[in-house]
Amino acid sequence: MADTLFHKVWNAHTVRTLPSGQTQLFVGLHLVHEVTTPQAFDMMRQHGWRVAFPERTFATIDHIVPTSTQKRPFLDVMAEEMTTALERNCRDAGIRLWAPDDENQGIVHVIGPELGLTQPGMTIACGDSHTSTHGALGAIAFGIGTSQVRDVLTSQCLALDALKVRRVDINGRLNRGVYAKDVILTIIRRLGVDGGVGYAYEYGGTTLDAMTIDERMTICNMSIEGGARIGYVNPDDTTFAFLRGRTFAPAGEAFDRAVAWWRQMASDRNASYEDRVTFDASTIEPTVTWGINPGQSVAVSEPIEAAPDDEALAFMGFRRGARVLGTRIDVAFIGSCTNGRLSDLEEAARVVRGHHVAPHVKALIVPGSRAVSRAAEARGLHGVFIAAGFEWRGAGCSMCLGMNPDRLEGNQVSASSSNRNFKGRQGSPTGRTLLMSPAMVAAAAIAGEVVDVRDMLDAVPA
Amino acid sequence: MSLQPSAISHVEGRGLPLRGDDIDTDRIMPARFLVAVSFEGLDRHLFEDDRAADPGHAFNTPRYAGASILIVNANFGCGSSREHAPQGLVRFGIRAVIGESFSDIFQGNASMLGLPCFMADRDAVDRLQTLVESTPAVAINADIASGEITAGSLRLAATLPPAVRDGFLSGQWNPTAMLLARFDEVRAVADRLPYIRGF
Repeated sequence: MADTLFHKVWNAHTVRTLPSGQTQLFVGLHLVHEVTTPQAFDMMRQHGWRVAFPERTFATIDHIVPTSTQKRPFLDVMAEEMTTALERNCRDAGIRLWAPDDENQGIVHVIGPELGLTQPGMTIACGDSHTSTHGALGAIAFGIGTSQVRDVLTSQCLALDALKVRRVDINGRLNRGVYAKDVILTIIRRLGVDGGVGYAYEYGGTTLDAMTIDERMTICNMSIEGGARIGYVNPDDTTFAFLRGRTFAPAGEAFDRAVAWWRQMASDRNASYEDRVTFDASTIEPTVTWGINPGQSVAVSEPIEAAPDDEALAFMGFRRGARVLGTRIDVAFIGSCTNGRLSDLEEAARVVRGHHVAPHVKALIVPGSRAVSRAAEARGLHGVFIAAGFEWRGAGCSMCLGMNPDRLEGNQVSASSSNRNFKGRQGSPTGRTLLMSPAMVAAAAIAGEVVDVRDMLDAVPA
Repeated sequence: MSLQPSAISHVEGRGLPLRGDDIDTDRIMPARFLVAVSFEGLDRHLFEDDRAADPGHAFNTPRYAGASILIVNANFGCGSSREHAPQGLVRFGIRAVIGESFSDIFQGNASMLGLPCFMADRDAVDRLQTLVESTPAVAINADIASGEITAGSLRLAATLPPAVRDGFLSGQWNPTAMLLARFDEVRAVADRLPYIRGF
């Protein structure tokens, strides 16, 4: 029978139906970090429970690491304590950990795909809502809370209700200066920040087919901002080419057998969906948020819509009908699990080359992983950014979330390539975040205000 | 936090109306309070930044002191998966949340802590919030099995996801023991997954 990848993966990982009617679902890959796990390990110790499948869990340190210097011990004693707690817990349980000084360290959602840990047809859980990122490779990946982290460590399973599946088609060619970030912001704006509650989003269509894995990751990453705990793209030749040769990907003939299985797990052509929506890529423009959730956005050319949220307008300091274009910024941040990969830095560098950051702007480039950092340096991108007045930082979550020294101050306005513009998200209770693509952030950093990146790209050879 | 759950048939208490859609977990529990290795003391930091910005915030209002039923609007708990948000609520003394809708992750995390999140339509939630705003002492009763919410003369229909409802009624809302009960079947699934067998 024709079926979706979601159901095929769900069925392959179902242990049994629990008395509650929920599914006991096996978790094929468990990723952990320092913030949402120490309490889980403590609960297990209280009960004398052991980690059931230590070889199926991998750990890194990302949220709390400083990015200006990553020397241990960290100056923040609590950050240091969280790091040593994860090191101890992983050592005791036999879990592989990439510590802050390891060459593979980075944001958990950047290193999973980079190392080939993330593969099609897997179930992936992590105590972080942006776990949906891994769906870009055809995995069913979702965020969980700490008590669920405890359950995965203890049993490698979760008790869950199945989700409905909404097919989201994006067709056509993206215009110059329009990126995956603009596509997902447009999707969230139309479907709503709670439009995906109860759904997994399956993204497809000719635009998605033509996208790189990095671009698909940006889309899947922000599924949760539209309420969908899971977002995925069916695996295809782009996926297989991405995985070939990666550290944890199958090698040799096993890779070919894996490809055969991965193909078979993709949604069938005539699969049915609980809902379908379609977007025309050619109508999408560079998009910026004006409010306090990622659904509150406009095309950069457009005024803020007619019936906006007064609380959001007041917090952000915008008037009804105003434009975000021309808004003076204080901080520019390029990084995060949404847009901290090599291709993001390359797009930003294309805009930056030959220009300088406006004198009043503090501009940060934070690679999503040490591997991204090395690759960017090998291409000389760090030199482009440093020459232009950006700070070139070490890998981590940085200014996406205010759990490390990289934070907004007071009511600063930040042009940010991250995923959330919630009140206080970037570390200052009154700080204001404008979400946009890395190229748009780069353009804003140079102009000192929000500009249309297409105007700058016109001066750059294609 | 008890890991030996017991059955929950209903929740009784006074209400705490918190109006607004899309209240995210960063607002419920700002990220800086997650830089810690335990959940202890999180109750002191609930809505810390919202409370500082708004003296009239529901969590600043003495009339609602001691309330145990939080009444919210749509998409409550969206955003980050941080369990620190429902942990803070439970440690503060919240025993049930009634709202229009909840994010999937928040609803799941709350259930794991024995915190039922009842869903009712916008009008029903508004009437309950309005009643509590005018009469904070009104006793609210939320029944798990039927989903019926009563408060004074108000009677409202609400729902819980069926598995969550049944879990509370049977006392099996914390699934760890169930997940471990038939570990041979877990092994069997692992053994037949191609990526675990090594293709």
